[in-house]
Amino acid sequence: MGNGVKHLLDFQGWTVEAIEGILETADVMKEVLERPVKKVPALQGITVCTAFFENSTRTRTSFELAARRMSADVLTFAAGASSLSKGESLRDTIETLNAYKVDAFIVRHHASGAAHQVARFSGKSTINAGDGRRAHPTQALLDAYTMLKEFGKLEGLKVTIIGDILHSRVARSNAELLSLMGAQVTLCGPATLLPRELARDNVKVTTDIQEAVTGADVVMALRLQQERMNGGFLPSMSEYALTYQVNESLLERAKDHAIVLHPGPMNRDLEISGSLADSARSRIIAQVEYGQAVRMSVLYHLLVGKK
Amino acid sequence: MLEIKNVKRVGSDQLESLFIAEGKIKGWNLSEAATETIDGKGATVAPALIELHAHLREPGQEQKEDLASGLAAAAAGGYGTVVSMPNTSPVVDEPGIVATLIQKAEKLGFARLKPAAALTRGQKGETLADLAALKEAGASMFTDDGRTNENANVLRRGMEYASGLGLLVSVHAEDATLRQDGVMNEGVVSHELGLPGNPAAAEAARVARDVEIALLTGARLHIQHLSTARALEIVRQGKKAGAPVTCEVCPHHLTLTDESLRGFDAMYKVAPPLRTQQDAEALLEGLLDGTVDCLATDHAPHTQAEKEKDLLEAPFGIPSIEVAFPLMYTRFVKTGKISLEKVLDLFTVGCAKVMNWETPSLEAGSVADVVLLDLDQARAVDPKTFKSKAKFSPWAGEELYGWPTLTLVAGKVAFQN
Repeated sequence: MGNGVKHLLDFQGWTVEAIEGILETADVMKEVLERPVKKVPALQGITVCTAFFENSTRTRTSFELAARRMSADVLTFAAGASSLSKGESLRDTIETLNAYKVDAFIVRHHASGAAHQVARFSGKSTINAGDGRRAHPTQALLDAYTMLKEFGKLEGLKVTIIGDILHSRVARSNAELLSLMGAQVTLCGPATLLPRELARDNVKVTTDIQEAVTGADVVMALRLQQERMNGGFLPSMSEYALTYQVNESLLERAKDHAIVLHPGPMNRDLEISGSLADSARSRIIAQVEYGQAVRMSVLYHLLVGKK
Repeated sequence: MLEIKNVKRVGSDQLESLFIAEGKIKGWNLSEAATETIDGKGATVAPALIELHAHLREPGQEQKEDLASGLAAAAAGGYGTVVSMPNTSPVVDEPGIVATLIQKAEKLGFARLKPAAALTRGQKGETLADLAALKEAGASMFTDDGRTNENANVLRRGMEYASGLGLLVSVHAEDATLRQDGVMNEGVVSHELGLPGNPAAAEAARVARDVEIALLTGARLHIQHLSTARALEIVRQGKKAGAPVTCEVCPHHLTLTDESLRGFDAMYKVAPPLRTQQDAEALLEGLLDGTVDCLATDHAPHTQAEKEKDLLEAPFGIPSIEVAFPLMYTRFVKTGKISLEKVLDLFTVGCAKVMNWETPSLEAGSVADVVLLDLDQARAVDPKTFKSKAKFSPWAGEELYGWPTLTLVAGKVAFQN
């Protein structure tokens, strides 16, 4: 980045201008993706390693395609759950991959902070593709980009995020990014999944879903992870659906132009009604499409000029 | 006869000579001829420190630490006596293991080892270990440290039985069902970082239960590594109510907070976790008002590779036995928050009282466990020079005063710099 930022780990230390730069370049990348030949030479000679310590298909595919469309070489590393139990430290794994002369790491890991560790151990540009509950910054950027395309601005937008806030890196990154960009964020969910400590300027925390959605421009449903049932966080799936499902009747409280987002993968008719996900309000497919342009833009901003 | 000349007593600038013979303090400024002389070069002399809570990892985890490295590290930290924790592999729950550890340590000639043994077989918290046989073999106290005693009745019976033997039970007081998979203090920082939190209530709830058991049984109970203001307040109230409870606090809980985790460095992952600034301040208050009986390090060495794992996978623990005194001296004595006499008491007399051991002293006739402390020269913490196998430290690079220059155990040099 022009301001010296080398990594995208979360939005700590990022400026509004730097983020605006990424979102503006995403427009250019979006245009590239609409051409018959969807490829530019911007990252020729650069090797990007997708180091995925946690299963992911969509995010990895999106990043790899984004890198390839900018002519980067891509080294794919996917650690199964078994390799973690073999005892190799994260540092050893990263140093091994680093020995292949990698220029940048795109990291997904089940532990919060792992992307920071990779940045430290590798000394290379590192993009956090989701670490534990901590951050998923490119998801937040593509969400912000989707809002920008819809409303032309982020400042003043009322964005409500509903679901398992406690375990959600998407919620944390969106709250960080959107509040920085001047949007009003409301985090909503059952009290067991809602850390009140996340409240701050521009970020409100509430268990009252009706209040949370009232007047919202954007309503985002989060995926409910089935394993949360075992932790005693929720009495049952059906009770969750009854009280916290994002559906058409709930959306009546939002603004007329309100759109619905979901970071995927969806549990249809659990956290979001299937009909709403398929409705004209839904921008869920647009999110996926924009995601690639946003990731190309991130790679461009972090890596061009590194050769 | 050994003469240690040019040393200062605490609170005095006068250079004096301490005489030692046959493992005991012979007296001060004697006219008798010494066969050996050590120049203390103006250092302050004190009874050697006592450690009630160190993980020396032997048997079974010698890649992290062993008796030789751990006891050498203790001596370098100014300690003359170390109580080692029994959560080794195998667990120290057999008399033979206790006896072997003591024999090995005696040959090494560093700090004196007083092993703690497990309260329950395998530290499983189910059935009591053979406590009398363990005591006979040399066990100094009983604890399932590293594990929490979930079954209150087993703890009750263990305390009753141990008190009949004249020994103490100490506990790692955390409610595991509340702690869950927490890797750091639950609060603003853990929620911002998205790391699983361990609430202060997990400690307070367990301390409350254990204080009640001490009141019920009348048996002495020692609570390890208190980390929260609430738990400390419960101990304070318990003591007022007559509960025979003592407690220890660790230097890392006094000098670091959960803010340290913001860099996602597993070096700061410790159990119980680093808490808030308010907790650290309350613990300091507890030292000053006497609620806290002693300082203990919970020295917990690990390999570098283990600590370079991610925050969820990396083990809990900070190695600190070599820096404990300089850290406490620099952060709290030099800044006027606590007196040198008080800190030394918490490292020596307070520990001995918890264990019902002879009061450490530099008076004639006392065991010659002695440390010389250089209170005037600062030196940066350099983990590479640690005697411990764990070569990392949260305080690396920090300039500290109060480094030990000489440690004697029963009149013999265990460490000299």
